[in-house]
Amino acid sequence: MPNVQEMARLIRQDIITMLAAAKSGHPGGSLSAADIIAVLYFSEMKIDPQDPNWPERDRFVLSKGHAAPVLYAALAERGYFPKEELLKLRKTGHFLQGHPDMKKVPGVDMSTGSLGQGFSAAAGMALAGKIDNKAYRVYCLLGDGEVGEGIVWEAAMAAAHYKLDNLLVILDYNGLQIDGPVQEVMNSEPLADKWRAFGWNVMEVDGHDIDELTASLQAARNTTGKPTIIIAKTVKGKGVSFMENQVGWHGNAPSKEQAEAALAELKGGNNNV
Amino acid sequence: MSEQQIDWKNIKKIATREAYGQALVQLGEDNPDIVVLDADLAKSTKTSDFAQAFPNRFFDMGIAEQNMIGFAAGLAAAGKIPFASSFAVFAAGRAFEQIRNSVAYAQLNVKIAATHAGISVGEDGGSHQAIEDLALMRSLPQMTVLVPADATETKQVIKAAAAYQGPVYIRMGRLAVPVLFAENYQFSIGKANIIREGQDAAIIANGLMVAEALKAAEVLFAKGINTTVVNCASLKPLDKDTILKVARQTGAVVTAEEHNIIGGLGSAVAEVLSENYPVPLYRVGIKDTFGESGSPEELLQKYGLTSTAIIQAVETVLKRK
Ligand SMILES: Cc1ncc(C[n+]2csc(CCOP(=O)(O)OP(=O)(O)O)c2C)c(N)n1
Ligand SMILES: [Mg+2]
Repeated sequence: MPNVQEMARLIRQDIITMLAAAKSGHPGGSLSAADIIAVLYFSEMKIDPQDPNWPERDRFVLSKGHAAPVLYAALAERGYFPKEELLKLRKTGHFLQGHPDMKKVPGVDMSTGSLGQGFSAAAGMALAGKIDNKAYRVYCLLGDGEVGEGIVWEAAMAAAHYKLDNLLVILDYNGLQIDGPVQEVMNSEPLADKWRAFGWNVMEVDGHDIDELTASLQAARNTTGKPTIIIAKTVKGKGVSFMENQVGWHGNAPSKEQAEAALAELKGGNNNV
Repeated sequence: MSEQQIDWKNIKKIATREAYGQALVQLGEDNPDIVVLDADLAKSTKTSDFAQAFPNRFFDMGIAEQNMIGFAAGLAAAGKIPFASSFAVFAAGRAFEQIRNSVAYAQLNVKIAATHAGISVGEDGGSHQAIEDLALMRSLPQMTVLVPADATETKQVIKAAAAYQGPVYIRMGRLAVPVLFAENYQFSIGKANIIREGQDAAIIANGLMVAEALKAAEVLFAKGINTTVVNCASLKPLDKDTILKVARQTGAVVTAEEHNIIGGLGSAVAEVLSENYPVPLYRVGIKDTFGESGSPEELLQKYGLTSTAIIQAVETVLKRK
């Protein structure tokens, strides 16, 4: 398996390249989740790109569906479809939809885009795993603005009620939504306390630290009787200096020039790619 | 009147959501009871204009559309005039049952101003393209449903909605669309406007399809077919008198809307005609399918929401006359 950190760097480059080609889409929340997604797809999850619908596979639901580019990049890098397809993101007639579509994209386990609903469906998948006595795990990525949706808390309550310890949620805690910082738009603090009060096993990690993420996922496997949420502190736009922590880069694609600058930065890391 | 030609190449284009933002600021100045709510999409729905002008009367509810409508109901019950905005998929869809029970059933004075309706949303794709919102809203007793065609009409629709006492759903778009009407244009709730006259067939449209209907009428005129064009911005209450009048005058009707052909304008017109004065009818609209990602222009082509589709529809109904 390739180096996860290196994969995260490639995924970030793919995100920039495909958004520049699409001329629309969401860079901020895609970049903030790149390390999380790299860990899931290149170390944590039991999946088979040759058999996307393998019944025993681990599932992943991108509840914050607008971050589709980070998922598509991981799927392409993992071999679900050729990387060239990424350049046709959001184009008429192409299978890579603006938001994940399970009927069109191999490797997408749930159609998302309407915030809050993906998490609820992920919990349903975990319940099915319990009913069938299956070993697969269900992973889900939530946004920190997304937790404003009531359904998030309805699902949280139900997942704890049904003791879904095969469900693992990662919260992309980047502090920003569209209209501004989460704390200013609709404060959700204290977040960790809320999840604990809802009966969840809660861990707090640096969402850009591959080792910390890997270790916490490992620890979650050993937690029984309750679902786990990893609150991953991230930087929206991570890896591209002019996008980092900028609310304006939530849903705007980079121009050609901006993409070149971003790619230069992303490629200029430790080892040359 | 039928020779009327619009300079489509140079016509000014403004998105109806832009006009909404401006209209809200005007309303805010005129009436201190106007309050505005949004669900983390203020920059897109353009309620940000109001937020800037009247920060104390703007409330961002976060990503929580159901709660936004609940709050709006409460604000209205206590005497405010709330405008609540989000994308149409989430405003009409996510919060549907709150709208049903807390707004329509309770007959409260809430204005649901939804933007980004229809497939002209474009690249965000099918999950974000409301093709069913009008069917949902039209099926609710007490609800008034308005679909402005351009920026001029949007401003009048917003003003009329604020002046009207009761629940109103207003459907607006993301895409910049031609400004068809001059400032002296007159919108009123419950009235359809005949904007072009001809005796061969009638095209009844709303939203961005009104411009396509006018384009179609010009092409048909050159072919010797004279059509009436009706702008039916008031989907509910529906102007039955005008619909029946143009049906009697022409004997053939085409409807055109950026919505599923089930439950929207085409259905509403079919209901009136079939019970009162059946004539050949063809419904131009989205043919009971979800949208997809793509540029708005390509999608409108692909899903048959063009003047060409209207022309073909008119030729079809004329054969059945
Ligand atoms: C139900 C619903 N309401 C509104 C939106 C529009 N929307 C898309 S992304 C977004 C903000 C998301 O913020 P957050 O969850 O913090 O995501 P991130 O910062 O990770 O991008 C909003 C409001 C949506 N997709 N779904
Ligand atoms: Mg966020």
